[in-house]
Formats: sequence, C-alpha cells, structure tokens
Amino acid sequence: MERTAVLGRLGRRRAPLTWRLGTVTALRDETRHARTLVLDVPDWPQDQLAGMHVDVRLTADDGYQAERSYSIASAPEDTGLALTVERIDDGEVSPYLTEEVQVGDGFELRGPIGGYFTWHISDGGPLVLVAGGSGLVPLMAMIRHRMREASEVDTRLLLSSRSWADVLYQQELAAAPDQGVATYFTLTRHSDPGWTGWTRRVDAEMLSEVGPDPAQRPLVYVCGPTPFVEGVAGLLVDLGHEAGQVHTERFGPTGG
Amino acid sequence: MPRISRGFHGRRRTDVDSSRIPPGQYVVDPEFPVLSAGPTPDVPLASWSFTIDGEVDEPRTWTWDQFLALPSESVTVDIHCVTKWSKIDTVWKAVSLDVLLGEVETSAEYVTASSEGGYTSNLPLADIMDGQAWVAYQFDGEPLEPEHGGPARLLVPHLYFWKSAKWLRGLTLMNEDEPGFWERYGYHNYGDPWKEQRYWGD
Repeated sequence: MERTAVLGRLGRRRAPLTWRLGTVTALRDETRHARTLVLDVPDWPQDQLAGMHVDVRLTADDGYQAERSYSIASAPEDTGLALTVERIDDGEVSPYLTEEVQVGDGFELRGPIGGYFTWHISDGGPLVLVAGGSGLVPLMAMIRHRMREASEVDTRLLLSSRSWADVLYQQELAAAPDQGVATYFTLTRHSDPGWTGWTRRVDAEMLSEVGPDPAQRPLVYVCGPTPFVEGVAGLLVDLGHEAGQVHTERFGPTGG
Repeated sequence: MPRISRGFHGRRRTDVDSSRIPPGQYVVDPEFPVLSAGPTPDVPLASWSFTIDGEVDEPRTWTWDQFLALPSESVTVDIHCVTKWSKIDTVWKAVSLDVLLGEVETSAEYVTASSEGGYTSNLPLADIMDGQAWVAYQFDGEPLEPEHGGPARLLVPHLYFWKSAKWLRGLTLMNEDEPGFWERYGYHNYGDPWKEQRYWGD
C-alpha cells in the first residue's frame, strides 16, 4: 500500500507548517468558472511534491475566518505557487478567490500538505492520470513536474469534462503529446460542434483503451468529484489493477 | 494577528451554534463528503471478522453475526474532517468499544486500528474508552455504505475523522505508540480538532 521511496523522502520530521502571507502576482481565467491565482510566498518550503495541496485562510474585518484546502497546480520547479480555483456558486470562499481577489492582494496559506497523493519522477511509471473536471488540478502539477524535469516516463491522461469549454489548461494540454504525454478526453454533456471524440462517462472500455495493461503495474492517480472517483477506482480494480497502486483524491461536494 | 483579506466578508452560519464548530471548520449539510486514499474495498459479510489482539491476555475475534449480537446503542455526535468540513448531529448505530474492550485484559496504553486494504490509524487507548468511541455499522438508520466505511468503521468523534478508520477489521493494543497511515504522511499524531491539530507541529 505504501511506496518506500515516498516514505523515505517524507520520513524526515518537517518543520511545523506555519501560516505565510502569499501575494497574488498574476491571475488567469482558465474557464468561465475557474481561475488560476499565482502567488509569491516568501520562504515557501522546498519539499513540495506534485499532487500536494495548501490550506488557505481568509479573515474578514471583524475577525471571522474561513479555511479551505486547494490543490497546487504548479510544479515544484515553478517560480510562484499556482492554485486553480473553481467557483462554486453558493460557496463561501471560491467566489472571493475567483472574482474579488486582484493582483497585489494577499491572503494566508500554509503547506505544502499531503504525501500519499503525490508523484515524483523517481517514482517512475507507467503513470496513469484520470481526472474528472477540476480534479485535473493536482494531476496537472504532476504533468508539469514531468515536463520541467524532461522526464520520459510513460504518461497517459484521461480527462472527463462536461464540455470542451470546461477543460482547464487547454493550450498546455494541446502541447502535451509533443512531450510524450498521451491525452484522452471525453465530454459527457457533448454539444461541441465538430467534436468526434468520446462523449460518454468513463467506462471499462475507455480505461482499457487508455491503458497500459495492469500487468505493467502502472501508478494510477484518480481525482474528481466523489461519485466519479468511486466509479473509476472500482472499474480500475475490476480491470485488474492492484488497489494499492490506485491513488484517489475525492473532491467532495463542499461548501466551496 | 492574521491579515485581513480585503473584500472578504464570509458567510457565518446562523442556524448552527458556533460553539460546536472547531476552528477552521465549516458545516456541510446534507452532504457527507467521502475521503479515502484508494479504491473502496468490497467486504463480504461472510468473511468479515473483527479482532482485538496485540498486548492482550488472549486475542478475541467476532464474526459479523457475533458482532451484531453485541449490545448496541444509538449515538448522535458531531464529526470533524481535517479537510475542513464538519457534520452536526450525525446518527449512528454502534457498539461501544467499552463492550469490546471489556472482553480483554491489557496493560497497553496505545492502540492501532487496522482496516481492510492496509489502512491504519493510531490512538491512545484512553481515547477510545469510557463512552468516547464505537464501532459503527449503521448511519441514519441504514447499513453503513461502503464508501463511508461499511460494513463497520471506527467512530471516535472527538478527534479528526481520519482517526475513525473505515472498513475496520481490528484493533491491536500496543505498549508503544506507532504512527498510522496519515500520521506518517504529515498529519498530526493526536488530531484534536479543538486545538486545530491538523499537521505535524500543530
């Protein structure tokens, strides 16, 4: 269930995770609902691995506070910490981060957090990434890490989205095959003219086509809404993948 | 003094007694988020068993039928996940660990809960005695769903919910504390939500 390489890396006692002030240096609208915030965080710890997340803490002027967790979208090698936040309409925090925050604003965060849902090029592959919607964010950090390190690990991404307009990081994903990352897309609420790809929910046939054969013992990472992750992880086990090779991160339906 | 987030007003819940919400948590309702490290295991009841072993006079094992025959109680508790959500007044049917631990003799001070699939979490023995912890097998009057840890999970509501191991299969009593799965990945060894003990060093 555990990979000693990872445990060895994380076996060191870490310094306590202190709250740091991040300053927004850039904003990018990724889709109609999602925005990337790039932050400058002084003294950000150097032990970040692709797949980790941060805790964000916001404070209102009367002292009221709200905390949420967000996956890190940037690679550990990148200058600036990128978070991609999807707006949840009735959310408490995501509308603030996607609409109110401007370049120059600051908010508190701490991290990087997590150690199991992580991938480092030394973990090898084959690497299979299966994302539902904004579940792509921590998996994109893995793809970016692979690119920054010019790794040639066999890497395959399957992304399930409602429509093409909902796909994050479109330009980067379009260039990914040139760097040896095989990309597969399915659009579950297909209405895009000219789309000739898959238009159904992820199923066993699709996962088999993405591959590789479970006998190659790929490292599999699945991230997305709970029902998506439950379904995909179950299918992977049924196809013969060892449960211990399938890492999951469920984005709960949360109060955003 | 935390920095004010310009333009952030927040949304305070007026329908929940704020003294029930630990720092940094927010209330979800009616959803019940799922968090697990891997696929949900399918545990057939015919092969299910629950064992208390380790530093005990004699290990004890219960089959599913023997477990269901134990005295149970209805428990209404608030639960707090380290990922920030809390749920108020969750209702479980459960066997108190006082009933199960009453069957063994031990001088141990720690316990490791172990699950189908290899997940573990560690707790001081004192934290699962005296009406503080249960093995739960129903939620809201229904058999516990597999994604929520069914057929049976540990329920220790006064600690962050990762301590309440899903798919529970055993408790091992230990003389020494040994960090469990998430505790080795940077999460706090004890996990008191009221002290916001989320990560190492908190």
